[in-house]
Amino acid sequence: MNDVETTKPGGAQTVHAAGVSIKDLRKSYGSNEVLKGISLEVKPGEVVCLIGPSGSGKSTLLRCVNLLEQPNQGAIHVGGFEATDPDVDIDKMRRKVGMVFQQFNLFPHLDVLRNCTVAQTKVLKRSQAEADKIAQANLDRVGLGHLAKRFPDQLSGGQQQRVAIARALSMNPELMLFDEPTSALDPETVGDVLAVMRKLAREGMTMLVVTHEMAFAREVADRVVFMDGGVVVEEGVAERVIGAPQQPRTQEFLRRVLDPTHIEVAED
Amino acid sequence: MAMTARQRAKISLNVQAGIFVVAIAALLLATDWKAISANVFNFGKIGPMFPGIFTTGLVNTLIYTALGFALGLSGGLLLALMKLSSFPLYRWIATGYIEFFRGIPALLVFIAFGYGVPLAFGVQWPIFVVVMVSLGMVAAAYIAETLRAGLQAVPKGQLEAARSLGMPQWRAMVTIIIPQAFKIVLPPLTNEIILLTKDSSLIYVLGLTASQYELTKFGRDGISSLGAGLTPLLVAGAFYLVVTIPLSLLARKFESRSARTKR
Repeated sequence: MNDVETTKPGGAQTVHAAGVSIKDLRKSYGSNEVLKGISLEVKPGEVVCLIGPSGSGKSTLLRCVNLLEQPNQGAIHVGGFEATDPDVDIDKMRRKVGMVFQQFNLFPHLDVLRNCTVAQTKVLKRSQAEADKIAQANLDRVGLGHLAKRFPDQLSGGQQQRVAIARALSMNPELMLFDEPTSALDPETVGDVLAVMRKLAREGMTMLVVTHEMAFAREVADRVVFMDGGVVVEEGVAERVIGAPQQPRTQEFLRRVLDPTHIEVAED
Repeated sequence: MAMTARQRAKISLNVQAGIFVVAIAALLLATDWKAISANVFNFGKIGPMFPGIFTTGLVNTLIYTALGFALGLSGGLLLALMKLSSFPLYRWIATGYIEFFRGIPALLVFIAFGYGVPLAFGVQWPIFVVVMVSLGMVAAAYIAETLRAGLQAVPKGQLEAARSLGMPQWRAMVTIIIPQAFKIVLPPLTNEIILLTKDSSLIYVLGLTASQYELTKFGRDGISSLGAGLTPLLVAGAFYLVVTIPLSLLARKFESRSARTKR
């Protein structure tokens, strides 16, 4: 898996991108097998959305990629790292992989700017001045440069999530993982976060996104992967998987998600 | 006769107030006021306690408490981290230590370090070392449990976020988790200082020179030299309150502040 430089139209910045390759991944909690042999490729610069009902294993899969969950079997390659190699330098690998959580997980005891600089100075050993500059640029990028001195609890959920994205970007990641980034947000702030993610995608960032936002997946994702019961049921071009799903389970799921008020009427 | 609930409550309150007044009156009548004023409230004779009770008693109490707290806090943090370690040996050592030092009276620890160590090893530690080690080792056991609770109260996502940014475990603990844990345990930690302030009085079992007296020892010394009965101890007690009540108010302030900022 080689790193490549990609520049997509509309994005001025050049991004170093790393791909992900997952082969026959298995993960169990006790006797409960949540991932039953998943294989998945994300090419450098590609945006892949994972969709599926809750409990389908998509968040677990995402968390295996940066080893927040330890897989039981299978192989994961991220950029030049083999995540599943027991001797892998986890911390070094994670520097390349940005993670955005459903619950934001900003550091409440640090202001917004420090949230974005603490790992730069402590992990990448950048000077405080350099880290401040990079953090400020990324805060501007997500539209929150003016809130650098605020503390997380003074921000709305959507603002906190955009800070979390800026925090991850400040490490210059080659891959971004999003774990249901808009699921904990008030509906009116979801759009701002999605706009930032859309912008990132256009700039050529490699992204693996667990989401329930079908419109976003359809518009932004290069590919969509539908998971259910710990397996990949269907995957392909976003337009096709969401617009014209082939598998009955995918069809059923999308019908429920796209029209929650829809009531099945038994046919005589 | 039918009564409303409000009438019954009012009568009940009056009865309770009545019992209280009667009890106080009985106590006042039974008290030997002459003996009390000669032996407990004999403030006319305590002049010689000043200013020594400030410059020696109070100062030493504060120094001993600070020494004990410094060791207790660092030891407690170490024990708390050991107790949360994934390495079983560390957990056993920490658990054994905490159970032992919480289970025995602090007085025994003072005797052990004040008299036991010279007997066993032939070394006589300076008094402030004895105090620091005795108070600190007992305090560490209590503070460890407080800090452990604080560390566990930091949401799991904080560690995940820190690790995801490439921080090694120790760095994530030092920079992200421990500062938040301290904020959470500030009120109970302040209470630990109050307990330590009082426990520093146990030093009276050790042989002290006059310049090493803390408040309690200073008060006891006054009992034998001033002929004012227990009055010097009453004064020493008042000085403890001068330290502990502001600390208690501080703890309450921390508590209300953390309640306010809770999301």
